[in-house]
Amino acid sequence: MIPVDLDALASCLTSPACLVTQTTSGLIIGMLLFLVAVGLTLIFGVLKVVNFSHGAFYMFGAYFAMTAYQLTGSFALAILSGAVGTAILGLIFERVFMSRVYGRDVLMQLLVCYAFVLIFDDVVRMIWGPEFKSMGMPAAFQVPPLFIAGGVVPPYYLLLIGVALAAAVVLGLGLARSRIGKVIRAAAHNPGMVSALGINTGLIYGGVFALGGMLAGLAGALAAPVRSLTPGMGFSVLIESFIVTVIGGMGSILGALIGALLIGLIRSFGSLGFPLFTEGLMYLFMVIVLVSRPTGLFGKEVA
Amino acid sequence: MTELQAGQGAQPLEVARIDARPQRHRDLLIALIAFVVLALLPVLFGSKQLLDFVIRCAAYGLFATSLNLLVGYTGLISFGHGMFFGLGAYSFGLMMQKTGVPIPVAFFATLAMTFVVAVVIGAICVRLKEIYFAFVTLAFQMLIHSTILSWQSLTGGDQGLRGGIPRPPFLGIDLSNHLHLYVASCALLVIGLFLMRQIAQSPFGYTLRMIRDNATRASFIGIDVWRAKLAIFVLAALFAATGGMIMALFVSGAYPEFAYWTMSGEGIFINMLGGVTTFLGPMVGTMLFLILNDTVTRVTEYHGIVLGIVILFFAIGLRKGLMDFVVEWFAQRRSEERG
Repeated sequence: MIPVDLDALASCLTSPACLVTQTTSGLIIGMLLFLVAVGLTLIFGVLKVVNFSHGAFYMFGAYFAMTAYQLTGSFALAILSGAVGTAILGLIFERVFMSRVYGRDVLMQLLVCYAFVLIFDDVVRMIWGPEFKSMGMPAAFQVPPLFIAGGVVPPYYLLLIGVALAAAVVLGLGLARSRIGKVIRAAAHNPGMVSALGINTGLIYGGVFALGGMLAGLAGALAAPVRSLTPGMGFSVLIESFIVTVIGGMGSILGALIGALLIGLIRSFGSLGFPLFTEGLMYLFMVIVLVSRPTGLFGKEVA
Repeated sequence: MTELQAGQGAQPLEVARIDARPQRHRDLLIALIAFVVLALLPVLFGSKQLLDFVIRCAAYGLFATSLNLLVGYTGLISFGHGMFFGLGAYSFGLMMQKTGVPIPVAFFATLAMTFVVAVVIGAICVRLKEIYFAFVTLAFQMLIHSTILSWQSLTGGDQGLRGGIPRPPFLGIDLSNHLHLYVASCALLVIGLFLMRQIAQSPFGYTLRMIRDNATRASFIGIDVWRAKLAIFVLAALFAATGGMIMALFVSGAYPEFAYWTMSGEGIFINMLGGVTTFLGPMVGTMLFLILNDTVTRVTEYHGIVLGIVILFFAIGLRKGLMDFVVEWFAQRRSEERG
């Protein structure tokens, strides 16, 4: 049967060192997931389509970052090219393909995205090869880890959490306060009216898709030093970030953040107590949320 | 109002009572003819490849047509239908390997198990709105796939169920004989299609179409939408599991790919290829897909790119499946003939 190791979980929960280590590893999983999921939720909120190929942007972000790092040796440039490269890719993808299936049935939207999941995975296989790649930790972060209450915390983790949190704050404030943010929210609410007021909704749609792609690419680039790169790496992230948006509620940024952190912690602590059933725990949690609140923790009732 | 309509208005309204029996007899006749033709195929062409192709068509065809009951008839876009295909293959294979019960017993036990799993998963999924439904079914698919991968002691993990599935003869049928397996697959396919056709043409089938077109109205006239959706979800799962069992018998094993999400993606693609507006559309799609897949795999290792471009051509370019074109062409000709 499925092995359960509750002793390991209990002994970790009582030891501060283990608690710190597991919490930070849960936080980085959660933060990476948040960056992917928030793009997914943003695109859904404004464009009303689910970007099933969103995982591919995460994958491209990681590969772009690896190539840029190998060429220039600069980690900052690697992150930047991961984010900017996927933003451009997202813009092209939205304008050329996705814009043709708005308002059509969900089946068509899923099929177009499914086609691109297949195509993108093969493109990566063609360019970078089918084998596992690793980017390696940049030199600036090859320093001894920090010890907090006896728990091991690599400094890179702190950077990762910091960047993701900064992105969350900028995004949240930008949408709530800035003029562009208001236009985006208006377009999500009533695109016809926004368009009648002389605002180019096509541009907004492209921009939102590019932004979503960029956030996923940023997550991929940040993950590149700590994860192995392989074609198809985007898909499991897509599934998990979808679970996050389902738990948090489609279209809610705060929901995506909370959902991602919960999933991150479930994964890191679950791997102690239920080593082979960690993924199962995630699904179980999702089912519990769905049964009790079908629109997610922070989702609004949609008509 | 034309003269004709005005004339009709004067008479009391006659409600046509549709008798379902003649149509059922016609379907039965078509099914019998199809089975006889398929069963005679080995006499005419001895090619093993052709028979293999038909067996694979049976497995995929049952899977794709059952998906069409959800996608085309009910408007439930399941992106996790492949889990029942995989579940059927694995539970049938495991039952044959571990318990050694006769094949029919394992067959019905697998259906019973699929029924239970589908009721549980369906009860959670069918109340969700379309895109949520698509992704939550997908999530369940991934849960079953990851369970298969991690429960190595039982399922063999990523290596799949190896060592062959024992196929003891029963009632004079020996499924380890290629010809017997072929005829049995054809029989299952024809029976499965016939049953699904009866479901689609029954009052229940028309209730499903109504739910697809306007679920709110359906619930206002007293239909329990949740229960109807759950019923068709479970029924479709049973047929998908039958497809999975044919596949398990054919390859004498079961592999995690059977339960992977790409299986569901292929099912959706097949439906798109053939068209969801006709009952036999998915069957045509299955044949096209298998031919396409075999050709592409032979030509290039990057078959994802080729398949992707074909999907885009159908989804963005044509916007409908092959059978939809055929039906439209006939309808057009008929209206031209009427003048």
